[in-house]
This record gives sequence, structure tokens and C-alpha cells, in this order.
Amino acid sequence: MVAAVIGVIRSRNLFVVVILGGIYSFLMATVMVALDAVDVAMTEAAVGAGMSTVLLLAVLGLVKTREAPLRHSPFIPLLVCFLTGAVLIYGTLDLPPFGRQDTPTNQHVAPYYIKNSVKETGSPNIVTAVLASYRGYDTLGETTVIFTGGIGVLILLSTSRRRREKQSSKKDSLT
Amino acid sequence: MSLILASINYWVTIILMIGGLYIVVAHGNMVKKLVGLGIFQTSVYLLFLSPGKILGGTAPIISEKFEVYSNPLPHVLILTAIVVGVATIALGMALVVRINEAYGTIEDDEVHEMEQE
Repeated sequence: MVAAVIGVIRSRNLFVVVILGGIYSFLMATVMVALDAVDVAMTEAAVGAGMSTVLLLAVLGLVKTREAPLRHSPFIPLLVCFLTGAVLIYGTLDLPPFGRQDTPTNQHVAPYYIKNSVKETGSPNIVTAVLASYRGYDTLGETTVIFTGGIGVLILLSTSRRRREKQSSKKDSLT
Repeated sequence: MSLILASINYWVTIILMIGGLYIVVAHGNMVKKLVGLGIFQTSVYLLFLSPGKILGGTAPIISEKFEVYSNPLPHVLILTAIVVGVATIALGMALVVRINEAYGTIEDDEVHEMEQE
């Protein structure tokens, strides 16, 4: 995965960048299976590796596919990134260790869901039960966000199309 | 050694996160910026999912054969986050297409120069 990210940073060909992004996404999905998050892995493989890659390739059909070389030195961004990384790693020293059941993250509502979800919702898949029943309003909000995003995309693309039609009609009237 | 094993998941997350951040900050090409944004987002998914894993546990689907399940709550949150992430990336790509129509380029610096003129 790290190799894929380095490839994305180094490559100037945008096709290579997009395909490496898809590979990275798919590797992330396999990591998610290893972390027991099977539902998330399925969504990531379908939406992250599939949909995003296809959308990005569709955009590459419309724009230039080579990246211009960097104009300023990458020193300051690198410095900022390494400083951020150092601070974050310092922060991880206080986080709970990996894979233990007695950490605070695994003690709050999760045992309640595991114990009661079959009784209260009738679904053996706890993720489904939480998504559709306990946190149903979150899912409603999520669909609202997607709806807004879809409207935004439609408005942005439709204005450009209208302008192009106007220009072509103007040209027609001139000739 | 135990410290490394206990927080290796966070460190992998941070390395990926820094890679994504570097692409977004240092590179001027907008498609590449979007890919970097995606990498950053995915590393955040890992940050949420990895503390929910319990060693010896199984996927949170109730069955009589298993006793220990991993934490289902991060899975739900990240399912929502993935779909919202695709919505933001789609919106970003629509903006890239519009910028390309208006300026004929998708490089940050060139767009900025045209604005200056």
C-alpha cells in the first residue's frame, strides 16, 4: 500500500496515478477484511476502487493527462508533512493498544449492540442493525449529503453545457 | 518491541495520511490532488477501523459458533464515510471539468497566472 502511495507521488502520467489509486483502494479493502470489517471492505471495493476509478478515468477523457513539473521546491510541504507526522506519532503513544477487548473504544455501546441487536431488530448482522435501526437518522443524513452532492454535480455540468450551446448558436448566426 | 506491536496500526495509518497530505499540498495538478484526497480519506478509515479489531474475534455477524466479535460501531460510521467521500470526490471532479472548460488547464499555477493577467 505504501508502495502504491509512493508511486502516486512520483508518477507524472495521470492514468498511472488513477490506476495506482484504484490498486491502493483495493488493497485497503483486503486490509479491512483482515480487520473483520467485511461490510466496509465490500463497500470500499465496489465504491472506492470501482466507482471512483471509473469517474476519474471519465474526467481524464476530458483533460490533459500529463502533469506539469513542479515549479517550486517541495521542501516546505515536506517539512510541514513531516512535522504533522511527528506530532501525530507522538499522539499515538497515549492511544489504546491494538487488538485488545478491554480498551475504552470497545467498552462503550459496542457490547450492548452485540448482546441485544438480534433480540431488538431481528438481524444477525450487527452492522446492518446499527445502520438501519439504532443510527437510522445518520443514514438519512448520509442520503441527504449524497443528494446534495448529486445536485451540485448536475448544476455544475449543466451550466457549462448550456454555455457551449449558446456559443455554438452565436457562431451559427454570425456565419 | 511490545510498543511497536501495540501501535503499528496507528503508524501505518499516519504514513498513508502523510503521503496523502503531501500530494494535496505539494502537487498542482487537480486530478492528482483528488487522488491524494482519496488516499487521505482512506487512511482515516483505517484509523477508525483498527482500534475496533479484537484479536481472536470475528466479523460482527451473530452466530452460535462464535463468542467474541469485533466492534461493529466503527464499521457503521465508516460505511457512511465511504459513501459521503465518493460524493465529495464526484463534486470535486465536476469542478475540475468546469475549470478545464473555463481555463483550458487543470494546473493550479497556470490558473492562478491567468487570473493575474
